[in-house]
Amino acid sequence: MSKQELEKVAANGLINRRHLLGLGLAGMGTVASTSLLGADAGLNLEIPGWSKTPGANASGYGSRSRFTDDMQRMAGNPNPLYPGGGASRSPLHQLQGSITPNSLHFERHHAGIPDIDPAQHKLVIHGLVRQPLVFSYEDLLRYPMVSKIYFLECSGNSGSLFGPNPADGSAQSLHGLVSGAEWTGIPLSTLLDEAGVDSEARWINAVGADAASMGRSIPLNRAMDDVMLALFQNGEPVRPGQGYPMRLFVPGCEGNISVKWLTQIKLTREPTHFRDETSKYTDTRLDRKSQQFTFPMGTKSVITAPSGQMKLERQGIYQVTGIAWSGRGSIRRVEVSADGGRTWADAMIDSHQSEKALARFRIPWQWSGGDAVLQSRATDSQGNVQPTRTSLVTEKGNISTYHFHGIQSWAVNTAGDVANVYA
Amino acid sequence: MFTLKKFLTTAAASVSLTIGLSAVIQAQSLGTAINESQLQGFDLIAQPDGSGYPQGSGTAMQGKAIFERRCVACHGMNGEGTNANTRLVGGDMQSEERPIRTVGSYWPHASTLFDYVQRAMPADAPKSLTSSEVYQVIAYILNMNGIVEDSLVLNKETLLQVEMPNKDGFIDSSQAL
Repeated sequence: MSKQELEKVAANGLINRRHLLGLGLAGMGTVASTSLLGADAGLNLEIPGWSKTPGANASGYGSRSRFTDDMQRMAGNPNPLYPGGGASRSPLHQLQGSITPNSLHFERHHAGIPDIDPAQHKLVIHGLVRQPLVFSYEDLLRYPMVSKIYFLECSGNSGSLFGPNPADGSAQSLHGLVSGAEWTGIPLSTLLDEAGVDSEARWINAVGADAASMGRSIPLNRAMDDVMLALFQNGEPVRPGQGYPMRLFVPGCEGNISVKWLTQIKLTREPTHFRDETSKYTDTRLDRKSQQFTFPMGTKSVITAPSGQMKLERQGIYQVTGIAWSGRGSIRRVEVSADGGRTWADAMIDSHQSEKALARFRIPWQWSGGDAVLQSRATDSQGNVQPTRTSLVTEKGNISTYHFHGIQSWAVNTAGDVANVYA
Repeated sequence: MFTLKKFLTTAAASVSLTIGLSAVIQAQSLGTAINESQLQGFDLIAQPDGSGYPQGSGTAMQGKAIFERRCVACHGMNGEGTNANTRLVGGDMQSEERPIRTVGSYWPHASTLFDYVQRAMPADAPKSLTSSEVYQVIAYILNMNGIVEDSLVLNKETLLQVEMPNKDGFIDSSQAL
């Protein structure tokens, strides 16, 4: 199959997504072989050394290949004046699929990670209830649980894109405060029902057992819906950095309200107006009014490869891939552009597209050595379309930098360098 | 007769249904009953309506001494901060092109200041201040912002009277889809 037989679906090298599948792959291989895969007369395959000696024994707890040790979260330098405050970002550019390994799931802490003994930890439900209750970890493990795959995103993710100039960054440094996992836990409504919700209650106030006793207020109608007391993440107990022994999980919403190390739920008529729902995590508009309790994360996608600070070493076929998600539903469509948004082609989305979960998308792209601007645009099951950066910043201003979900532009220059740009 | 038989069958079905449901409910009722009075040292939530404000009191001048000992490393001698996040004083939501948002210019409720300092400050030793020390420190922060007078004795009654400059600056978006 020649290059000309690959169906071009948008300008500047985008190729029909069906070429990702069986028949198309042969075509891609043929094209690639003309420049990359020609027979190398100097290459003689031999049986490698590790095939001639027994390997390591089975182990009690697994670890990754030593050849993948460079795959790391990116954490800022610790601030001695703000002990334990900070974040670490997932290496989106190195990950595939839609589940983030627990060791690489992003973190955000406000006063460090507490070392909690589950035998000493308590969860209290009180306030406007028929009967205040306290639960031990052992008690909670006996409840019927559900497992759901959800994304989690910090509302400050991608916030630098509100800035006037594009930062020199990678998919990880710019967008790494999002991850995906399977969360297992108890529907919060089960525990609230057991305590007996008073008819005057309108909010739950959730507080963690970290040194900041971080709290958030959540409307009761939401808390009784799909909110979970999460005890397991990707099958294992939630890790300390994610709230061990338990955290709240509010699907689709800004990560901060999924309070980690959950120890208190107080039902009240009014929200508490905690610091993290007044001073922080609020969105000041152009008219200087500030929106409070802006929970759902917007319809969003980002190309994870090729992405910022990568270098395309040679011309040919690349698999453009990334993740898409929406706090208001599932992902129905992801389009990709290689010419800065003038023409678009539909990307392939992997099969299972659950509500409020990451969706992996892919589309082949032929780089012929010219300038290109790669973009992706997601549409969710409610019909919400990811906006351009310009329209988002025009609408919201940039006094606040939460909830950025505009289109990311990665420019590829003739040297193959990939960089964050505003296009 | 037919009607009676149907009635009996239905009654029997509902009895077994009731037994089934109560078994499920029992299996899920694993929480231990507790009284609110047992949570006095545990529940730190202070709300704008005055709920959760503890006993204790003090003035801005008392708070200044604590502030200069415990807070200035991050927040500066005059609350000017060491970065935008730690600035406590000044700013104007209306006149500035990019408003500097502080306790004085931005925070809508004085209760938040009590709640946050009590639960999370100082960052290197949270929950190490007594309730009176919290009232004193926040009196000083409010005083630096010109929100309360030097002479005010801040306590659970007077805190309830404090009006923040940006109290009408927020919109509740919690029910937006």
